[in-house]
Amino acid sequence: MFYIRVTVRDALNQAMDEELERDERVFLLGEEVAQYDGAYKVSRGLWKKYGDKRIIDTPITEMGFAGIAVGAAMAGLRPICEFMTFNFSMQAIDQVINSAAKTYYMSAGRQSVPIVFRGPNGASAGVAAQHSQCFAAWYGHCPGLKVVSPWSAEDARGLLKSAIRDDNPVVFLENELMYGVPFEMSEESQSKDFLIPIGKAKIERQGNHITVVSHSRMVSLCLDAAAVLAKEGIECEVINMRTIRPLDAEAIETSVMKTNHLITVEGGWPQFGVGGEILARIMEGPAFNYLDAPAVRVTGVDIPMPYAKILEDNSVPQIKDIIFSVKKTLNA
Amino acid sequence: TGVMPSKKIQLFYHRNYYILKYIKIENFHFELFLFIFWKKCDLHKLEEGPPLQAVLTREEGLQYYRTMQTIRRMELKADQLYKQKIIRGFCHLYDGQEACAVGIETGINLSDHLITAYRAHGYTLTRGGTVREIMAELTGRRGGIAKGKGGSMHMYTKHFYGGNGIVGAQVPLGAGVALACKYLGNNEICVCLYGDGAANQGQIFETYNMASLWKLPCIFICENNKYGMGTSVERAAASTDYYKRGDFIPGLRLDGMDVLCVREATKFAAEHCRSGKGPILMELQTYRYHGHSMSDPGVSYRTREEIQEVRSKSDPISMLKDRMLSNNMASVEELKEIDVEVRKEIEDAAQFATTDPEPPLDDLCNHIFYNDPPMEVRGTNPWTKLKSVS
Repeated sequence: MFYIRVTVRDALNQAMDEELERDERVFLLGEEVAQYDGAYKVSRGLWKKYGDKRIIDTPITEMGFAGIAVGAAMAGLRPICEFMTFNFSMQAIDQVINSAAKTYYMSAGRQSVPIVFRGPNGASAGVAAQHSQCFAAWYGHCPGLKVVSPWSAEDARGLLKSAIRDDNPVVFLENELMYGVPFEMSEESQSKDFLIPIGKAKIERQGNHITVVSHSRMVSLCLDAAAVLAKEGIECEVINMRTIRPLDAEAIETSVMKTNHLITVEGGWPQFGVGGEILARIMEGPAFNYLDAPAVRVTGVDIPMPYAKILEDNSVPQIKDIIFSVKKTLNA
Repeated sequence: TGVMPSKKIQLFYHRNYYILKYIKIENFHFELFLFIFWKKCDLHKLEEGPPLQAVLTREEGLQYYRTMQTIRRMELKADQLYKQKIIRGFCHLYDGQEACAVGIETGINLSDHLITAYRAHGYTLTRGGTVREIMAELTGRRGGIAKGKGGSMHMYTKHFYGGNGIVGAQVPLGAGVALACKYLGNNEICVCLYGDGAANQGQIFETYNMASLWKLPCIFICENNKYGMGTSVERAAASTDYYKRGDFIPGLRLDGMDVLCVREATKFAAEHCRSGKGPILMELQTYRYHGHSMSDPGVSYRTREEIQEVRSKSDPISMLKDRMLSNNMASVEELKEIDVEVRKEIEDAAQFATTDPEPPLDDLCNHIFYNDPPMEVRGTNPWTKLKSVS
């Protein structure tokens, strides 16, 4: 078995490089993506290789350049529109929802919009309230969008390739704190046509006692919590959602029907969130009858993100919060 | 420009325009051409504007007349159907502005691209839609151009990107289409329309900036009909010189009620874009007879006298008709015959639009994603699982 260590950043970079090479219609636009090599260096080297035509630096005008990207997609190109962080996508959210997501439906199939909106989402470190919001629930709410939230380098590579090759609008939620994290990637995953299907979750760790569902960076914490709990004889089944919309409810249900317990773990706010959706689906589906305890959500604290480290650390789930919630659920 | 030997020339002044009547006689065959001269249109950052004259042939005249009349009658029929509650929701009518849609289309090719806002029925027609499909979309039937799923504001045809409901959002989209044209090197351009109300939107200025920086082949066109819903231009804009608002983008302002003026300006603008000079901005001064939409009587913020004055002095269809009649380019009977044909076409379309069945419920969840396998969509309750295909 041949494995190499690749950071999430490099996986994203390679995926974009390969897709740019494969299809001439693919291009990248966003702030600092070209000559700066990307604000977070995700697009490092691409401008040097592909030039001004295909890697485009934009002015700081999200609403404008997101609209331009959508228009280009309507006219036959395949843009990757980078938001420096998804917080700034709020400026452009009308173009994402009303111009991109809804158009195929409104036109009864005449006009498709093959576009990817990507960028870091959710909390970072010390960037405070306006730069730390998680948009998984916001975009996950809307029909017409696919919303993807990779965790590992393999996720990043396979899902970004799928997103770029998808003929529909895909919101691709990365995580800044994951960019530098290395993962072992198999030889198979290095193939230029390695694709991970959108809409399918992955079981990162098998277990019999409780299902722990998460996405993005929180998956790391769940696995760490699971390792600690395993020493006490509690075996967690950790599911990496990979896709927010369409949600792989079946994978979660199958797991719950085996373990009889469920918690969800996310970085975003609790109200009307990803966890809330998962719990509702479990209530409405076949797995409900298999629950031995109420399913619960572990989420970010219901406040704007503070700055001071001690406050910030206590605004998002920590490993101890996951362990605590698992034990509470199992003792209920 | 290629003047043929003439047999008879008359020059006379008619309502602000000079008209040179010229008859070419060749092999006992009469062909009547009109040279029409305008006063120079207002220019911004342009040394020269569009030519000050145009040639109108009989064939062209009849075609423009027919198309404008079709739009006019179609919109009036929509008014009727709306009042009968056969059309519902939003309905923004275009009567009065016909010269813009028709003039623009004659200045570009069908292979070029166009996008506009919600007052879009006229453009749907000029861009290749049929009256039948348009009306059936308004009445929400399966034969509608968007199968009944879009409605008045969301009609699409080839190289026509709607029909957009969010004021101003279509402008960046249009520039994106222009970017694709430049990227693909196909020598096509995008005409990107917006109104005087939208002209103050921030995203439009963001678009001006990028279109200009990247020299996108985009014609920005402001259809200034003097009112953004109920707000007159003086109350909405610190500068009502919309053709100058592009700042570093060259602009021109012209009479949007004169179909030939619009055509010549569009040709000029298209040439500008195709030659790689980047975007250009046109302001068409026009007028809508109806209110903003069918829920707006249109007389609380403007006087009936004003509307009547425009109708009697500047109606685009009358203007063309007068030109053609007073120069013997067509007879009264001929134009009447066109009117009758148009009326019939509209009646047939209305008939279709009122009798065609509504879309089947099976279609409810379709067209969410393109090129995807069939999927399940949640209905109104957890037990209802609906099918969705691409």
